[in-house]
Amino acid sequence: MTDAEAEIERIEVTLLLEAIFQRYGYDFRDYARASVERRLAQFLQDSETPTYSVALGRLLREPAYFHKLVPYFSVSVTSLFREPFFYEGLRTCVVPLLRTWPHFKVWHAGCATGEEVYSLAILLREEGILDRGLLYATDISQPALETGRAGVYPLEILRKGSENYHKAGGRGSLSDHYHARGDAGVMDSALARRMTFARHNLAMDRSFGEMQLILCRNVLIYFNQDLQNAVLELFLESLDNGGFLCLGDKETLAFSSVADAFVAVDDRARIYKKRVR
Amino acid sequence: MIVPRMPTPRLTDAVVIGGSAGASVPLRTLLTGLTPAFPAAILVVMHMHPDDGGLLAENLGQVLRLPVVEALDKMPVKRGRVHLAPADYHLLAERDGKLALSVDERVWWSRPSIDVTFQSAAAVWGRRLMAILLSGANEDGAAGLAEVQRRGGLALCQDPATATMPTMPAAGIKAAGLRGGESPEALSRRLMHLESEKPDAR
Ligand SMILES: C[S@@+](CC[C@H](N)C(=O)[O-])C[C@H]1O[C@@H](n2cnc3c(N)ncnc32)[C@H](O)[C@@H]1O
Repeated sequence: MTDAEAEIERIEVTLLLEAIFQRYGYDFRDYARASVERRLAQFLQDSETPTYSVALGRLLREPAYFHKLVPYFSVSVTSLFREPFFYEGLRTCVVPLLRTWPHFKVWHAGCATGEEVYSLAILLREEGILDRGLLYATDISQPALETGRAGVYPLEILRKGSENYHKAGGRGSLSDHYHARGDAGVMDSALARRMTFARHNLAMDRSFGEMQLILCRNVLIYFNQDLQNAVLELFLESLDNGGFLCLGDKETLAFSSVADAFVAVDDRARIYKKRVR
Repeated sequence: MIVPRMPTPRLTDAVVIGGSAGASVPLRTLLTGLTPAFPAAILVVMHMHPDDGGLLAENLGQVLRLPVVEALDKMPVKRGRVHLAPADYHLLAERDGKLALSVDERVWWSRPSIDVTFQSAAAVWGRRLMAILLSGANEDGAAGLAEVQRRGGLALCQDPATATMPTMPAAGIKAAGLRGGESPEALSRRLMHLESEKPDAR
């Protein structure tokens, strides 16, 4: 492959993302390019499309073809109490402050199928402050949100979740918070009552109110630095003074435009606090 | 913009190394001789348990003269530094000189996957990439190595006869159509040789 061919391919991908945006309003233009190229390559292979240019033509003319592509952009890998030490960090650094507020709001941005939201709700319940909190859970993926809203998970997921629950300092047993139904577990409705699942696109939609805690874990890794900065500005604007922002295990504010607006309260757990100005 | 370019001699901006079972000893052989003046960035993907909390970075950091970091999302790629794929994340290179991570599905039951890193690095560095596939018990990395080759990079494998687990380098040799592999010592000499390439010739 020559340099020119490589450059042509790069241009084709750019045009394809632009076409998707103009035709359907889905903005993937500032997603991390390397992952986008992987997914497009996979989609081309699965849909037996020979080249990006052919894909471009079909995307413009065949909505059904486009709708087959959409799920490739939403990878909803998640789990209950993922990275247990993060939940320990929440207990030590964040819960004591949440206690001082009569009411608090939490935003799970990019909540996928909801496991993270139930994990936090369980933790808050064990700390005795669930009743004071409202948990807003948003994602771009409608099917993922449906799963979260239903709150029904296969027992296999709950079994693995139970291990992490204990590592995360859980006080009782995970099964205190769901009841079995066949091969699945139904999460306790007292947890679900505090949650609202809604569609929200971080690349396009605005803030929806003041939050005391924002979790956006393993979502920003799919964005390029520009879009990351824009989303982080949105979080900054949505956070109450002294509010908390939590990122994924391998994400950091260090390379972003908002690094100075936050202090790290738990480096390892990636918990940041908005500076009071 | 597409600018016609004069054919340039091969210079190496980045070296990607992948391995699995039996790869930690040859990995050290490859890297111990190198100094912080090494003119290329090094990306390393080793299969590991999802709960490995940065142990490999710690161990390598203690024995190498090169600085070693576990990759964070959007970390800049630096020459003369080893960037390790963290446990349970894929590591990708971006054209703006930064690293990106993903939690996409496993490839060959592995996250990090060698294919993912090799393929993205091939797209970024093309002819200016060297890729080395070491010992391992599955075929992750073979497709990536072929992609490096297709984009004009230099694809290399450990000689399966010298590998504790020959499956991975053998698959790499086959996929990239190489004549054979090389011993860890020979691969190490190749890397040492890069240090004598003049950085100002770039
Ligand atoms: C890997 S999951 C992270 C789930 C969870 N936060 C965790 O860490 O376990 C990434 C999620 O980000 C969502 N996502 C991707 N692009 C998005 C966007 N532009 N706006 C909102 N959510 C997005 C995906 O649909 C997916 O559910």
